[in-house]
Amino acid sequence: MRRQLMKGNEAIVKSAILSGCRAFYGYPITPASEITEAAAQYLPQVGGVFLQAESEVAAINMLYGAASAGVRVMTASSGPGISLMQEGISYMAGAELPCVIADITRGGPGLGNIAAEQSDYHQVVKGGGHGNYHTLVLAPHSVQEMADLTALAFELADRYRNPVVVMADGFIGQMMEPVEFPQTATEPHLPKWAVAGTEESRGNLISSIYLEPDKLEAHVRQLEAKYYVAQQREARAEEWRTEGAEIVLVGYGIVARILKAVAAEAQAEGLKVGVLRPITLYPFPGLQFQKLAERARVFVVVEMSNGQMLEDVRLALNGVRPVEFLSRFGGNVPSHGEVLELVRKLARQTLPAPQPERESVAHV
Amino acid sequence: MSNGTEAEYEVTHGRPQAFYENFDRKGELQHQTHYCPGCGHGIVHKMLAQAIDELGIQNRTILVSPVGCSVFAYYYFDVGNVQGAHGRAPAVATAVKRSHPQSIVVSYQGDGDLSAIGSAEILHAANRGENITVIFVNNAIYSMTGGQAAPTTLLGQVSTTTPAGRNAANEGYPLHVSELLATLEAPVYIERVGLGDNRQVAQAQRAVRRAVENQVRGLGFSLVEVLSPCPTIWKMSPVDAQHWVRDVMEKTFPLAVLRDRTKDVQPKAAPATGPALEEIPRILGVTDEGEAEPSDAQAKGGVDLQVRVAGFGGQGVLLLGEVLAEAGLHAGLEVSWLPSYGPEMRSGTSNCHVRLAREPIDSPLVAHPDVLVAMNEPSLHKFCASVRPGGWIFYNGETVPEECERKDVHILARPFMHVADELGDGRAGNMVILGALLEATATLPQASVDAALGQLVKSPRWLTLDERALARGRELLRESLQEVCHEG
Amino acid sequence: MTSAGKQDRGRLRVDQDECKGCALCIEACPPHVIQMTERLNHYGYRTAMYAGAGCTGCGICFMVCPEPGAITVLRLASHVAASAEGVKPCAGN
Repeated sequence: MRRQLMKGNEAIVKSAILSGCRAFYGYPITPASEITEAAAQYLPQVGGVFLQAESEVAAINMLYGAASAGVRVMTASSGPGISLMQEGISYMAGAELPCVIADITRGGPGLGNIAAEQSDYHQVVKGGGHGNYHTLVLAPHSVQEMADLTALAFELADRYRNPVVVMADGFIGQMMEPVEFPQTATEPHLPKWAVAGTEESRGNLISSIYLEPDKLEAHVRQLEAKYYVAQQREARAEEWRTEGAEIVLVGYGIVARILKAVAAEAQAEGLKVGVLRPITLYPFPGLQFQKLAERARVFVVVEMSNGQMLEDVRLALNGVRPVEFLSRFGGNVPSHGEVLELVRKLARQTLPAPQPERESVAHV
Repeated sequence: MSNGTEAEYEVTHGRPQAFYENFDRKGELQHQTHYCPGCGHGIVHKMLAQAIDELGIQNRTILVSPVGCSVFAYYYFDVGNVQGAHGRAPAVATAVKRSHPQSIVVSYQGDGDLSAIGSAEILHAANRGENITVIFVNNAIYSMTGGQAAPTTLLGQVSTTTPAGRNAANEGYPLHVSELLATLEAPVYIERVGLGDNRQVAQAQRAVRRAVENQVRGLGFSLVEVLSPCPTIWKMSPVDAQHWVRDVMEKTFPLAVLRDRTKDVQPKAAPATGPALEEIPRILGVTDEGEAEPSDAQAKGGVDLQVRVAGFGGQGVLLLGEVLAEAGLHAGLEVSWLPSYGPEMRSGTSNCHVRLAREPIDSPLVAHPDVLVAMNEPSLHKFCASVRPGGWIFYNGETVPEECERKDVHILARPFMHVADELGDGRAGNMVILGALLEATATLPQASVDAALGQLVKSPRWLTLDERALARGRELLRESLQEVCHEG
Repeated sequence: MTSAGKQDRGRLRVDQDECKGCALCIEACPPHVIQMTERLNHYGYRTAMYAGAGCTGCGICFMVCPEPGAITVLRLASHVAASAEGVKPCAGN
């Protein structure tokens, strides 16, 4: 297949359209604007709808409308815009509406800056809106994954009738790498539950209201059951050269790329280092952590935030292994050198220690 | 008393078809609405239901319910139903309508919903001329939440949040939404009606029907504002509340047709249908068609070239990197190109990281480049120390400042922009440097560079100029090596 | 009651379960042929009721009533009216 040099942000739009997306409602923001611009260029050409909304609040509510109408729909934004969209995301999760949201993250809090940061983790992975809900969150670390995970996002959104966020930092959005696409496009289809202005769909209702306490509780229990299934089936992580690793580097997005470079160099020095890269941030791939913990001695979380995914790593490991943390943010990127230095230091500390055959974590 | 038998009579005014027979979703008292005795919502609901019946559009109708007392409108209307967030119904309705242009979409909203929290959504939906119908029920108060002030609350009107009466000095004046919207170009029909007496009710019924019919005819945005009684919160009997609409409320909100362009506008054209599914990859430019034959111009041997290009926006920094990456891809290598720049699109700092490698690229960030291209002195200062020993620095300047001199790297300092000036345009300086870089690193075949340039530079004039600039750059590099040899 | 024993042009039904007794129909009725019951319905409302004669079938009570089906207005079928009076009934409100 043909490999093309393309920005991650453009790859998202092309993959979305190939996946049957026929509507984009958005509001420009750096570093996500290329997505909105590409959507403006291509969606009208495929008979789809593109509309630049008056705000992120309006945009997400347009997603609510289009999803109610049964159309595969997406938007794109960054930290401050995602904050504004939280209202609509909660409503969509409550009303069980599928949609895809690309969050090309930047620095915060407040206006912060436009450089890449990973500080949207909490508001996206933990659900920044009100109520008992989750979004499913995918974290690409290459332009190819921007395409592939966007396609997956539309599948998951429909399968779970839930918003799915493709969360990439500004680097992954703006950089160019070779990418290839499937040569066939998915046919859009109208779900049975959609409100489509037809006789067959006249009885359908899209709503997030459950006035009776028992009914709301039952509804949220049902959402919970859905998230449980997603936890069993959808958690994904990449283990990169983790065989025999005693030090496991953990990061997602651009950080994972840096960690691979560091691990390669450290391995060349004879250090037992590997990389564990969560691909889904929700559901979090906790099992992979527990499995690696059986032989690894220490986990090193590297993030471009002050420790947001770190909390999920600690929960997954539940105290069975120490977790070190290295963070840079504000637009600063953890340097190859500083991560490598930490790895060397940890290797000196841990390598001479006596090696038990195997530590079980099963009953911890 | 009436004589004759009931069989001699036929129903002329009865429960509209567009209502459900039983309100199953309501749970209890399934044949009554949840509205208080004398509430205007019930009256407006009936007008809307009648309009749907008369126009024969029940299957096509989609009602967007708001937040407010009419939040449960979907209990009653036997049509497609979508319940939205507070104030957002026009945004929801916009997308529903655009998703299914054949549907008839009604956004039903109260004054708290539409004129306060949803003021942006209604303004922009109206300004876009969305082909939807908005029913705006104005009772000058937040009723569902217990009687707080709304933007539409009258001056002096007591509410739980204006206990001494609305005071313009503190809360401003009643907001005239319909008049505001009537200043816009796009809306085709805006009318304010009331429920204050029989005459007003009859007019309101006609207006609601017109607002729906306009959409059926494809004319565009229609809004009917209905001044509506809220006996419970106003603490009046239903009849007194009805009179208050006519005698008091109407003085602040005069009844009028504020916009009627229904005779002047043409029905909106139906949106074009999309292309065949098979066409889509070609439209997106992702097909294999047009792919160059596997090129002989393959880069040879192990390659791992890391380049950093830095300068100001407008100096061609990003394009230089892009041509390099595109050429690398053409030559069968793994490549990455990563930009980083300031918020300004022009004249801010701008730099990019480029990697070309035989193996998959781990990190696209280049911390220690083999080659640094510095388009100006600040960039040279910033990055000169990071270059790997044995690497190259190309500096767009006459002489390297003392503090940037290094014995362990090759440095080529030339006023590349001036060189390009001599070729016809200083802006081709980036390509002069690229020529020198390619000559120095000898990684990429010329055919790949030509292919990349042909793909990225569309103007024939610029293509010629850039090709000459590349060649000149190669020459400069060779000349400089000879100088080094002679000196040696 | 219309004069001279002529058949009323209209008739009115009030659903006692739906009516909430707001009295808007009583206020609206041009010939004043609707009144309030003394009895409460089982939801605790006094309800509107047709006085039994004099309805013109104008339908305004139906339009001012906030409940979907609390009031039904009927008109004398056209053939009956035509044979009785030799005039066409008006085509609607």
